[in-house]
Amino acid sequence: MLTDSDLSALLITLQLAALTTLILLLLGTPFAWWLARSRWRFKYLLEAVVALPLVLPPTVLGFYLLVALGPQGPIGVLLQALGGQSIAFTFTGLVIGSVCYSLPFVVQPLQNAFAAIDQRLLEAAATLRAAPLDRFFSLVVPLAKPGFLTAATLGFAHTVGEFGVVLMIGGNIPGETRVLSIAIYDHVESLQYGQAHRLSAALLLFSFLVLFLVYRMNQRRREQTPHR
Amino acid sequence: MNANIHLHFSLALSGFDLDVAAEIPGQGVTALFGRSGSGKTSLLRCIAGLERPTHAYLRINGVLWHDSVQHLFVPPQQRGIGYVFQEGVLFPHLRVRDNLLYGFRRTPGAEQVESLQRVVDLLGLQTLLQRYPVQLSGGEKQRVAIGRALLNNPRLLLMDEPMASLDRSHKKEIIPYLECLHRSTSIPIIYVTHDPDELIRVSDYLLLIEAGRLIAQGPLEQMLARIDLPIARGDDAGALVSATVLEHDEQFHLSRVGFAGGELTVSAIDQPPGSEIRIRIQAKDVSLALEAPGPTSIMNILPARVVEMQAHGRGRMVVRLDVGGVPVLARITQKSQQRLALHPGSQVYAQIKSVALLT
Repeated sequence: MLTDSDLSALLITLQLAALTTLILLLLGTPFAWWLARSRWRFKYLLEAVVALPLVLPPTVLGFYLLVALGPQGPIGVLLQALGGQSIAFTFTGLVIGSVCYSLPFVVQPLQNAFAAIDQRLLEAAATLRAAPLDRFFSLVVPLAKPGFLTAATLGFAHTVGEFGVVLMIGGNIPGETRVLSIAIYDHVESLQYGQAHRLSAALLLFSFLVLFLVYRMNQRRREQTPHR
Repeated sequence: MNANIHLHFSLALSGFDLDVAAEIPGQGVTALFGRSGSGKTSLLRCIAGLERPTHAYLRINGVLWHDSVQHLFVPPQQRGIGYVFQEGVLFPHLRVRDNLLYGFRRTPGAEQVESLQRVVDLLGLQTLLQRYPVQLSGGEKQRVAIGRALLNNPRLLLMDEPMASLDRSHKKEIIPYLECLHRSTSIPIIYVTHDPDELIRVSDYLLLIEAGRLIAQGPLEQMLARIDLPIARGDDAGALVSATVLEHDEQFHLSRVGFAGGELTVSAIDQPPGSEIRIRIQAKDVSLALEAPGPTSIMNILPARVVEMQAHGRGRMVVRLDVGGVPVLARITQKSQQRLALHPGSQVYAQIKSVALLT
């Protein structure tokens, strides 16, 4: 069915998407919480920055990341000064690129879910002896569950499908940074339509399956909380 | 007065500043009474620690909760209070049972004096325990909210117009529970309301708030007998009188009650002779005559002395009477006052058309 090189591309893609989603949920949750609750007057500046990847061509984002992460870029220089190596054209570089690229897909659903939570519920919990972190886990997490689900799904799926950023900063190193979308592109370039077909179909099926499961879970939740 | 709650808050609100300093009894129900938008809810939120005004002082039964001078602020979760919001504010993802136990499970073992069973019985929640908040009516939600606050084992219970969002029939459903709560708990309660009827039914002590200022405070009976306060101008103005049930007249469904100023015949009271009761005589149900009236359908006519009078809008006035040492209010027209030449010291007969039993 799939060649070894295709299989490794699939594996790298899944690893990249899973790691990116995890990092985004960990960083995005407190950030989205802050965005939803803060009354800082220049908050919209940060919101605009978060939304940038939505409108920016991925190649532009990838280009700047390449410059920043490269041996002469600020982050590259910093890493080298700390004794590390340049992370452009590495899996780590891919993860950093994907986190930037998929940021709005995780932060925005979370921010919306947090903003929709009635402030008085948190006040009620405070009067009922719940400290801030307790309130977050006993109220915010369960109430924002659909938001978390949407954020994770969109973040994951969007990372799986990315192409431009990866091409700019990841290159195309088999077994290291060669992801599915690039493998498909390569097959088409070399007129291996059969291979491209199999990979594309696998990706299509996978994406549909993920979305199907998420929507079914959301549907169940709606049925479990009955309305009059 | 056993003043155990000392407070002073200054807080800028939209339109006016809240600035209230008061001493409140450490037991019973204290009402924060005033018009909508007078700052009552903000004051209650300050007491709960949900607002953090620049100038604040709050000490409860010897424990300092807030002192802006010393930069001391105990956050709400460490105060051990019960707070009942206007609309219940139940946690939508938890069943009634878990809503009730939310605070209880977070109460240190030594402070867990309340029990689920007792609260469920007190508020009639047995059949609701497995439901989600969306499946409850307004009145049921409010009962659960009160139960949740009680199960937090509070040292102070704060209630923000718990009946404001309810219609008349649901209010009737809640009031008995509140009266019952009043009798069965020793926790001091601070109760925000703008409804005079609610005020009279549930409170013992009254803080009158107007545009962010405390304009008067005192025990409820004394405050209701004052004619210089806004309450005396309202339709619900009237005196509260403590009385004792004397005897029942089965044939006519009447009871006789005695108070310091004499005896009254009222509709049958379902309590044995000797019971202590509180009755309410509304000012609009009291008319005055200079001489003892001849045959009349009014059964309660008592000699009284005019103490003071205050005119207010639309040609009306309110008169404070002394009936054997007990203050009773009467509402008459200014024209009647002129015709009868009433003045402080006048001897009159108060004709009381109806009397309402409170508890």
